Amino acid sequence: MKRFDYVRPANIADAIEAGSAPGAAYLGAGTNLIDLMKGDVVRPDRIVDITRLPQLDAIEALPDGDFRVGALVRNADLAYHPDFAAKFPLVAEALLSGASAQLRNAATIGGNLLQRTRCRYFYDPASACNKRESGAGCDAIEGENRTHAILGWSKECTATHPSDLCVALAALDAVVEVEGASGRRDVPLVDLHRLPGDTPDRETDLAPGDLIVAIRLPAQSAGFARHARYLKIRERTSYAFAMVSAGAALEIENGAIRRARIALGAVAAKPWRAVAAEAALEGATPDTAAFERAADIALSDARASGDNAFKIDLARRVIVRALLRAAAGTPNRMPALPGSAFAPTAGELDHV
Amino acid sequence: MSDIQMNTAPAHRRHGSNIGQPLTRRDGVAKVTGAAPYAADRHPDGMLHAVMAVSTISHGRVVELDTDAASAHPGVVAVMTSENRPPLAVDPDEKTNPFAFRLDALQNDGVRYAGQPIAVVIAETIEAANEGVSLLNPCYAPEHPRVALDQDDAFVPPVVGPGMPAEAGIGDVDKGMADAVRRIEAVYETPPQYHNAMEPHSIVATWDGDRLNVDTPTQGLALSQGRIAELFGIAPENIHIRSPFLGGGFGSKGLLSGPIALGILAAKMVERPVKLVVRRDQMFGPLSHRGATRQTLRLGVDGEGRLTAVSHHTLATTSVHDDFVEPSSNVSQTIYASPAIATSHEAVRLHIGTPGFMRAPGEASGSIALESAIDEAAYACGMDPLAFRLANYAEVEPISGKPFSSKALRECYAQAARKFGWADRPLEPHSMRDADGMLVGWGMGTALFPAMMFEGHARALIRDDGTGAVEIGAHDMGQGAWTALAQIAADSLALDLDSTDFRSGSSDLPDAGIAGGSGHTATAGMAIHKAGEDAIAKLAALALADQASPLYGAGNAGVEARDGHLFVSGDEGRSESYADILRRAGKQQVEGNGTSAANPDAQEQYSLNAHGAVFAEVKVDPDFGQVRVSRMVGAFAAGRIINPRMVESQLFGGMIWGLSFALHEQAVTDRRTGRIMNADLAEYHVPVNADVPPMECLLVPEEDAHVNALGIKGVGEIGITGSAGAIANAVWHATGARIRNFPISMDAISGARER
Repeated sequence: MKRFDYVRPANIADAIEAGSAPGAAYLGAGTNLIDLMKGDVVRPDRIVDITRLPQLDAIEALPDGDFRVGALVRNADLAYHPDFAAKFPLVAEALLSGASAQLRNAATIGGNLLQRTRCRYFYDPASACNKRESGAGCDAIEGENRTHAILGWSKECTATHPSDLCVALAALDAVVEVEGASGRRDVPLVDLHRLPGDTPDRETDLAPGDLIVAIRLPAQSAGFARHARYLKIRERTSYAFAMVSAGAALEIENGAIRRARIALGAVAAKPWRAVAAEAALEGATPDTAAFERAADIALSDARASGDNAFKIDLARRVIVRALLRAAAGTPNRMPALPGSAFAPTAGELDHV
Repeated sequence: MSDIQMNTAPAHRRHGSNIGQPLTRRDGVAKVTGAAPYAADRHPDGMLHAVMAVSTISHGRVVELDTDAASAHPGVVAVMTSENRPPLAVDPDEKTNPFAFRLDALQNDGVRYAGQPIAVVIAETIEAANEGVSLLNPCYAPEHPRVALDQDDAFVPPVVGPGMPAEAGIGDVDKGMADAVRRIEAVYETPPQYHNAMEPHSIVATWDGDRLNVDTPTQGLALSQGRIAELFGIAPENIHIRSPFLGGGFGSKGLLSGPIALGILAAKMVERPVKLVVRRDQMFGPLSHRGATRQTLRLGVDGEGRLTAVSHHTLATTSVHDDFVEPSSNVSQTIYASPAIATSHEAVRLHIGTPGFMRAPGEASGSIALESAIDEAAYACGMDPLAFRLANYAEVEPISGKPFSSKALRECYAQAARKFGWADRPLEPHSMRDADGMLVGWGMGTALFPAMMFEGHARALIRDDGTGAVEIGAHDMGQGAWTALAQIAADSLALDLDSTDFRSGSSDLPDAGIAGGSGHTATAGMAIHKAGEDAIAKLAALALADQASPLYGAGNAGVEARDGHLFVSGDEGRSESYADILRRAGKQQVEGNGTSAANPDAQEQYSLNAHGAVFAEVKVDPDFGQVRVSRMVGAFAAGRIINPRMVESQLFGGMIWGLSFALHEQAVTDRRTGRIMNADLAEYHVPVNADVPPMECLLVPEEDAHVNALGIKGVGEIGITGSAGAIANAVWHATGARIRNFPISMDAISGARER
């Protein structure tokens, strides 16, 4: 492993200063970063260990009804936080569908937002990758790419963002609190990640030194708590990244959809919010026909980037099923296999 | 291995014979407390760390390595390349015997597969060694590689697997096909699968002059010792290998591999102890794998659902530099009766690491194809798949005409089918759903694995304190040899387990043969059995000749050993303890020796196999094609069972691997470079706990008087056979989609359902 400096700042200001240097990387749980370093995929000069920074590990209900989650909160702690999970069950289910129990106990919320793609060519230093090295080329385009992007990709990069959490956060209008050299600012989650275009190496809108300190879930998104489901289709029942995933959230009033939220995972370089499909559902009766129309709209711009045309139709079906599950109601207990196609549907549902 | 502490919990008090008792692992406490030493746990004083650099091209030459940059990195002690590595006594490319696979030990600058070792960096820390590898920055002269089945001309290899004929047959297949009322022809493809035992290959090597101490996990202590001796030009007795525990072997640790030789070379080069642990991503190259196959099955069936012809052709991969051809077609020689059978193989040479032995080599890949084809034939005949298999039950081995030494397969079918509830299965596919709307399917497969034995030796001692000791260089790969072989050892001396000191896992003990071919319990067990018998006979000779012994003169009646005593046969009143016999004779101990080997007469007269039947239920999401196995029931007949707890565990492990074969496991090869793109355990999928359903394993009693005196057949590999096909057949039954490319993927199911 390449030699690096290890810095453990005492406060956020020091962290940002240390993290602004070229070649610096923030270390949370390291569940992704350390693997990447061991594999020579990234070679930081300086590791800024933020895990001991104060006041970044709280889950708080703010006076205005928003929920604020510190960047160092562990995935498992957020998923099992009773007040939070009751208001934002979509987030809890997405979290529990990801990784393994051991990883969820370690991984941080802030780190989850910044995890890197699972594109095999990104992980293989011998392959050309525009994400790793701007202008190097992309070996995924003509390579083994059946899991790659179907939306928002470019001829420079077809990698996808692997996060489950981000899909739920995108659907629920989460806001990311970022602190940087010029102070603190709010970035909507849907604006945090960038599409590849011709600069796939620029993955987010964060500047060097920018530190995610918290995420906020707006109070009005708690209005979806009764009808919110995450669905993740993958090649084994657990501990696999999504082939396609979807978060669906509905507010249903008098048998009609008042508001809808849909986001897709593993289809693009960012969590993919399907705004036009949501709009098409407003006022509609929550039934299969309406959901199929919405799914068609969500995928209208989709195109295969390689041997992955099947993902387009798969994504349509995933949206429809996620919406059907959401319409049926959020289970009053987390299913045994969160997010899974095999999560039992029988049993009591909440609020319905 | 007196440093291995075994359980002495009350669970090991025996009642009657030790053999047959479901004892828990005697090494269990040591393992869960971390006291059990695996090779990479060793850390001799002054030890350095070695890390391999491996090639990223699959064909060509290494032109340049920046050894200066690597050497200059703090902590790096040496960089070993083809230009400076210590000499070997034998070229690693020389085929000194059929089982001496060609090794990559830096003999030249050539590259013949991706992941081939091209240098070794030796450093004070693992981190420094890793960074030294990164700094080597190799330059290659690449040539075009061949990496797929279609990219080379096929040839008929002289042998397949471990020396079987490439082609075999009986009867006239063309006539059988012509006579058939129904014909099935189908092509099945199985992917390359790479060994990924929890414990990667590792070595700690320490030279002491021309003596060598090695800690490495091996399934063949004596074979490894011999191969190291040959490569390094030293006497085998100057090499001591300790291998008390393996974190899984599965065939990958039977024959010495290149990385292990490199660890020894590195220690020689720096004249200090060296540890070399293969990184997980480096498992995908020089450590053998299950080669890819394309299998063409042609079956003819008459009007009564009886096979008239079976033709099984396999196209398999081997490397450009060595030969191992997955003998998939051979499964069709033994399982189903047919008047005409033809099995054949062809191979292609690709720029891949040489394929090799991987749990049920040939049987596993061949079984999923044959069992799928049989299922297709049953449906074509409108027959229940079990009824079809019973209609084609082989009363004698079809290709040889030999009777089976024992074959309780009908009982396996019956018991597993009953337990599973098979009788309720609808014939038509796509006809069952569960309460959640999932498609449900039931499938089955026949399991078979030959009962093999190798040559093995053991030593048994009876001591004047009344205790015994049994010594054998046997191998515990996790299957439970420390327990099962100790049970046989105690019985061989007619002692309690606690009075029997069982020593194993070290090359300075008698050669137990290779732990492969599911033959280790039979091989080592029979050597132990005979050594114990020999020790008892010597003890009896002492007593019978001693006028002071109650046994004196009982030679014609004979003696029996029981509970640490010898009795005159048929006269319970005349007995004497082992201790008394030895003390009076003034001897501290008697030593017995035993040798085991396959019985050539039995092999000549009988077909020797373990059998089984596996039934599986799967659920398939109708929209997504995602599959989950929801139930598996297996029933197996494998002769005498030494320890049913260990055996059940091995069979479960095999059944889970069958699940992995059908649904998960495959190395994804970049079609341009030959690099394996999923060389880690996040992306090289094997089943996780959530994929493994409730499983049942029924042990069907079976006595076999021919395989060996103990009646042991072996269970290490049979569990994977039958299971993979059962799941593939269940997926078809759930969906109506017959997927012939493995592993079965969600897009294949969805695509087939739409067509």
